[in-house]
Amino acid sequence: MNQQNTISIPTNDPFGKATNGKLGMWLLIIVDGLSFAGLLIAGAALRASSDSWPIAGELLNIPLTAFNTFLLICTSFTMVMALSSIQRGDEKGLKTYLLYTLLGGILFLGIQAWEYYHLIHGGFTISSSMYASTFYVTTCFHGLHVFSGVIYISCILWQAMQGKYSADNWDHVEILGLFWHFVDLVWILVFTIIYLI
Amino acid sequence: MSSQDHHEESFISKYIFSQDHKWIGIQYGITSLVFLLFGFTLMMVMRWQLAYPDTVIPFVGWMFEDGMLSPDMYNSFGAMHGTIMIFLGVVPMVVGAFGNYLVPLQIGAPDMAFPKLNMASYWTYLAGGVIMVYSFFVPGGAANSGWTSYPPLADIATTGQTIWLFGMVFLITSSLLGSMNIIVTIVQLRAEGLTWGRLPFFVWAQFVTSFLLVLAFPPLEAAGVLQLMDRLAGTSFFLPSGLVVGGEILNVSGGGSPLLWQHLFWFLAHPEVYVLILPAMGVVAEIIANNTRKPLWGYKSIVFASVWLGFMSFIVWAHHMFITGMGQGMSLFFQTTTMIISIPSVIILSALFITLWGGKIRFNTPMLFALAFLPMFGIGGLTGLPLGLAPTDIHLHDTYYVIGHFHYVVAPGTIFAIFAGIYFWFPKITGKKLNEGLGKIHFFFSLIFINGVFMPMFIQGLAGVSRRLADGGVSYAHAAGVLEWNEFMSMSAWLLGVAQIPFIINFFMTIFKKVDGVADPNPWQSTTIEWTDTTSPPLGHGNFEIAPVVHRGPYEYSVEGASEDFIPQTKK
Repeated sequence: MNQQNTISIPTNDPFGKATNGKLGMWLLIIVDGLSFAGLLIAGAALRASSDSWPIAGELLNIPLTAFNTFLLICTSFTMVMALSSIQRGDEKGLKTYLLYTLLGGILFLGIQAWEYYHLIHGGFTISSSMYASTFYVTTCFHGLHVFSGVIYISCILWQAMQGKYSADNWDHVEILGLFWHFVDLVWILVFTIIYLI
Repeated sequence: MSSQDHHEESFISKYIFSQDHKWIGIQYGITSLVFLLFGFTLMMVMRWQLAYPDTVIPFVGWMFEDGMLSPDMYNSFGAMHGTIMIFLGVVPMVVGAFGNYLVPLQIGAPDMAFPKLNMASYWTYLAGGVIMVYSFFVPGGAANSGWTSYPPLADIATTGQTIWLFGMVFLITSSLLGSMNIIVTIVQLRAEGLTWGRLPFFVWAQFVTSFLLVLAFPPLEAAGVLQLMDRLAGTSFFLPSGLVVGGEILNVSGGGSPLLWQHLFWFLAHPEVYVLILPAMGVVAEIIANNTRKPLWGYKSIVFASVWLGFMSFIVWAHHMFITGMGQGMSLFFQTTTMIISIPSVIILSALFITLWGGKIRFNTPMLFALAFLPMFGIGGLTGLPLGLAPTDIHLHDTYYVIGHFHYVVAPGTIFAIFAGIYFWFPKITGKKLNEGLGKIHFFFSLIFINGVFMPMFIQGLAGVSRRLADGGVSYAHAAGVLEWNEFMSMSAWLLGVAQIPFIINFFMTIFKKVDGVADPNPWQSTTIEWTDTTSPPLGHGNFEIAPVVHRGPYEYSVEGASEDFIPQTKK
């Protein structure tokens, strides 16, 4: 008896066409979204009970971060292009667009590190005020997500270079895309709440 | 686990870094039993201090300065007892062990949806456990701010608190991985014909529980990160301005809110209560249906009730915070939701009681534990009502009454259900039934002594004895009239410890017992897939020789005209 062959995953898929991995990623996105919600709501509650709250524009370099936001949105676009390339069977397009996305993510992290460096040297540290604390904790938490995303993209890119993906096999690229779009979407919220309002 | 015909696996990949849900379930089970025993031992040491303050502790006194617990140490033991019992004992047991082992078998799946993630979840849990135990050995001892870790106390506590937070990050990650896995498994891998309406209630309970974990843990993780920053990076998320510690104003930027922690913490920790109780209800429902030889009464109502319970558990958290001065409007809202959430619990409990009506009840050990669960959980639930209403809660808050209430829910409630489950599914896991005689000794003495521990707590609590007195109330005027109960409760606690010895003997005796021939795959004459379609224990990775196809509901017992008195789910 060969159990590995006699038992197969049931085929009467009860949940549309979602694969296990895709459903798992959606759950991870819920988990992560709630973690961000926890941080952002905690920040909002602290702000509401605080006597004075600084105006972000006076402390932070908004145009720089606006550029960073634009950059991240562009990487979402390249991620869509990567998926659509491989769905058409264009392996070269997949690799090119994944590489663009990867570089965009790394550049985003570089700009964030540069921003931190200048803020800390300007005396704006994590313990200097409640605003600074929420700023660093929230943006750093997001930065770690971008960092994980960069590693994740590298793994998929490496697999793509081994020729793993094709017009019939792009599920993992789509799942990566879900995560990356989530990281972008959350950044837009973080940017709005921490930098703009 | 038979290995003839199975492809060869090395010892390490089969028993240590196994990806087989059954073996991971057993790993979870054994580890959490060890932690349950450890947490229980901490409590037995504390009970000496409460019964005989200022005397040297026997047997273990040599471990402590002067042979007794200092008040700080007592606080550590209290905090760690709670943490270990909940996060390292009961949750890994009901979700990690029972969920892992039984869900794929009951839904006819070859394994969990993500076997590697499953393995990672166990090892993350073990790492969290090791970190928690390690915290006893750092300067200042383990966390001593209660299992709830309320700031500002927790923010300025000794190093143990930092280790506690690190440990919690591991335990939270493990639970999240495990519960995501269970959800995907239940949604995707059900056998052909196993529709949602045909799922055994145990699977439904695991499904709802997993959703509670997935939705409730992330905010606690965020809160944990904030507290860690407060302790390590000098932020003051939970430290108000002008906080005075030891006569001096603390030098922090301030502006934080200690109450914010309580909101974030209880947003997790109240659903967590239902994480502890729902799988226990699932276990009890399976055993009661099987041993009354009757279909579960009101299957649909208890399924809907459990989903409703899960939903409501997210909007009741602030009933833990009535005396924080959060305002009457908030109190009113949370009192109302708290009263509403008792309805689904009562529906489930009533349905289980009604199932007994007119049944041909078999009083075997698993059934006895399951039957005891019903009134014990009932007492736990009913004594919760005065705590859910602000006027009575103001009097009872932080007294022994609260301890009595939640221990009735978790100890003779969930832990009895865990024992019921162990006795019931032991033949599936090992192919051998546990000894009935020893099992009944274990059950009756546990039942008597566990009530001896917790019932007097209501008396002390109503008298107003605070739950945080390291000397059991000797120096506390309110306690004078009810002090004599301390000795009684401590004696009961130690005898409860003694009453577990038959279980431990039984456990090892049965494992090492030699039995000839092939084990009966279905010793309880059950209908569900894990008993009817696979051997005991199920063969290696893959579970079933032929993929099961389901044709009917989970509880077709005492069917007229059937050749036996039950029809398996997979019979046409």
